[in-house]
Amino acid sequence: MSTLLEVSGVSVSFDGFRAINNLSFSIGPTELRAIIGPNGAGKTTFMDIVTGKTKPDEGRVLWGDENASLLRMSESRIAQAGVGRKFQRPTVFEDQSVFDNLMMALKKPRNPFKVLVFRPTSEDEDRVVALAEEIGLAAHLSRKSGELSHGQKQWLEIGMLLAQEPRLLLVDEPAAGMTLAEREHTTEILKEAAKTRAVVVVEHDMEFVRRLDCKVTVLHEGSVLAEGSLDHVTKNKDVIDVYLGR
Amino acid sequence: MPADAAVTDKLPHVSSSVRKYLGGSGGQAPRDRGGAAAARPRGFFANNPSVLIFIACLAVFTLAVTILSEGLGLGIISTSFVKTLGKTLCLCLVAIAMDLVWGYCGILSLGHFAFFGLGGYMIGMWLMYERTRLIVVDSLANAPLPPTPDEVRDGIATQIFGVVGASDFPAVWAFAHSLPIQLALVVIVPGLLALVFGWLAFRSRVTGVYLSILTQAMTLALALYLFQNDSGLRGNNGLSGLQNLPGLEAVPQALISVWFLWGSALALGLGYVLAAWVVSGKLGSVIRGIRDDEARVRFLGYPVEGFKLFIFTLTAVIAGIAGALYYPQAGIINPAEIAPIASIYLAVWVAIGGRGRIYGAVIGAAFVSLLSTWFTGGQAPDLPLGIYTVQWVDWWLVLLGLSFVLVTLFAPKGIGGLFDLVSHQRHPDRHGADLGPDMGSYREQEAQE
Ligand SMILES: Nc1ncnc2c1ncn2[C@@H]1O[C@H](COP(=O)(O)OP(=O)(O)O)[C@@H](O)[C@H]1O
Ligand SMILES: [Mg+2]
Repeated sequence: MSTLLEVSGVSVSFDGFRAINNLSFSIGPTELRAIIGPNGAGKTTFMDIVTGKTKPDEGRVLWGDENASLLRMSESRIAQAGVGRKFQRPTVFEDQSVFDNLMMALKKPRNPFKVLVFRPTSEDEDRVVALAEEIGLAAHLSRKSGELSHGQKQWLEIGMLLAQEPRLLLVDEPAAGMTLAEREHTTEILKEAAKTRAVVVVEHDMEFVRRLDCKVTVLHEGSVLAEGSLDHVTKNKDVIDVYLGR
Repeated sequence: MPADAAVTDKLPHVSSSVRKYLGGSGGQAPRDRGGAAAARPRGFFANNPSVLIFIACLAVFTLAVTILSEGLGLGIISTSFVKTLGKTLCLCLVAIAMDLVWGYCGILSLGHFAFFGLGGYMIGMWLMYERTRLIVVDSLANAPLPPTPDEVRDGIATQIFGVVGASDFPAVWAFAHSLPIQLALVVIVPGLLALVFGWLAFRSRVTGVYLSILTQAMTLALALYLFQNDSGLRGNNGLSGLQNLPGLEAVPQALISVWFLWGSALALGLGYVLAAWVVSGKLGSVIRGIRDDEARVRFLGYPVEGFKLFIFTLTAVIAGIAGALYYPQAGIINPAEIAPIASIYLAVWVAIGGRGRIYGAVIGAAFVSLLSTWFTGGQAPDLPLGIYTVQWVDWWLVLLGLSFVLVTLFAPKGIGGLFDLVSHQRHPDRHGADLGPDMGSYREQEAQE
């Protein structure tokens, strides 16, 4: 299987503290992957590196069939290349309507002059409405997103990610603050999305990871501790010691 | 709870209901649908009713002043007051620019008066050159030999630069003889300065307070440079006599002042429509997103720096045009006009009027600058407090500063916020969280009803 994203030998230090230590990771074009690990393991920092927010001290991050280096691209170029990201804390544009949030995320030219003259066609609007239905916000399109509940904001952000039509979706702790029913729905959306693209989910909650039913990567102190099915990694002695045993 | 219902339902895809959500003609409309309104595929004016209301008010105002003016009407309003009103319209225009860059894009530029002043200098150079040329040609007309072009040129140079002890044209005056070129420079010079400055600043990700300080430094540096006699723009004398239009000496100022009022009103109207159009579409969404959380916008794939540069340059150009209309009415421009404090006043006007809404900027600029004229013009009656008499000429700035602090603390939506009381807009509760890290971000208070 070809790889979509290949991270190899990446390290990064903050003031001498090694947050990521010789990390290697790769994922195929249509794969669902869960990353677990204790707090401070470097999960968020890993996403920062892939999305261009943090530049690593060493290592390579290669993307797509042409093996383009993501390290030489700006955040916006990386996003345009097809990396979508959902943050740990829901970050939607609270002062704007759900509709405007989704419309902004919709995959369209990103250049200022194109954006200036952009006026949505009825297909664009239908697409936004369809997305809103998928994330259960169809009845809230004209509300300001700041009025939404925490769980609804999480979904709106997932909807914005889907609207971007990324080839790789990085999702940081999506289930935080969701009810059980909402978690189930989120699992479905993520599994559905992984049929056509790569999805990386960072999650604390073991039940949630179990429901995702996918390959799991365990991160610890900035490097990969174990990789495989959930049952496989939970039997691993090291994993039990550092994470699950406590 | 609709959200929970959506979870358990399998969400049938009902395509006929698509329009309903976008607030078409359907019945069960939610109470506030302001946000999606801009996206509705109707006309620009239908989606932005404030534009038509504003244009109507502006037209009525201009007509009323014309009718009451000395130049064309009943003579109830003095020529100097017509000029004050015309200048106020120009200040409203530069306030719109400030609102675009600060209120919408979150860049607290404290240097936009530099662009305003540059626009004034560019038109002032032609006005001064051409009028001096007519005078020189006139005075040489009685000489036995017709003057050579060089003699005329030297004559103009001596006239203009005598005050700074020079008699040659500096290089910056190369095009002063040509009205079309100087008009083009009104747009080009501020635009180019903003482009270069913005490119350097935004590229190195300078934001927030640091950017504000940098813009103050820019306008201070420009002012100090222009103060020098060898800057080529007559040092602290500045350019004067700009109210006299070359070749129109026979036309009384009473009439010229009305012309400029019309010109300023037209520019303000066009500027308003342009600004409303820019912020009404997706670009408006993106720049408000940049204001509230620029990192998030980046991860959506938008090149944030490019958007900031676009808005910064566009607003500099608008400011330049406003300045080019202002200074012929003021009659004089000197480097003190672009002192750092001027740009700070601009921010104060927009804050008091209500940032993030275009009419707010206009109201703030008009209200505060007219009030300022009244107080500092000595017309305001003194306030006897028994032991101390408050003389407004001295105390006006204190009052303004106090109002600014009070508005910032207690009415962050400014005067424009009053309109929300009428239109019953609801705003989200952010539970005390800021929307973003920068000065331009909306605060919790602004979001509350
Ligand atoms: N910008 C930063 N500056 C300093 N330390 C950081 C920074 N970002 C992350 N860290 C540190 O790196 C480690 C990994 O953090 P993070 O990736 O957020 O962990 P998590 O796996 O919980 O998401 C933590 O110890 C954190 O304190
Ligand atoms: Mg984290």
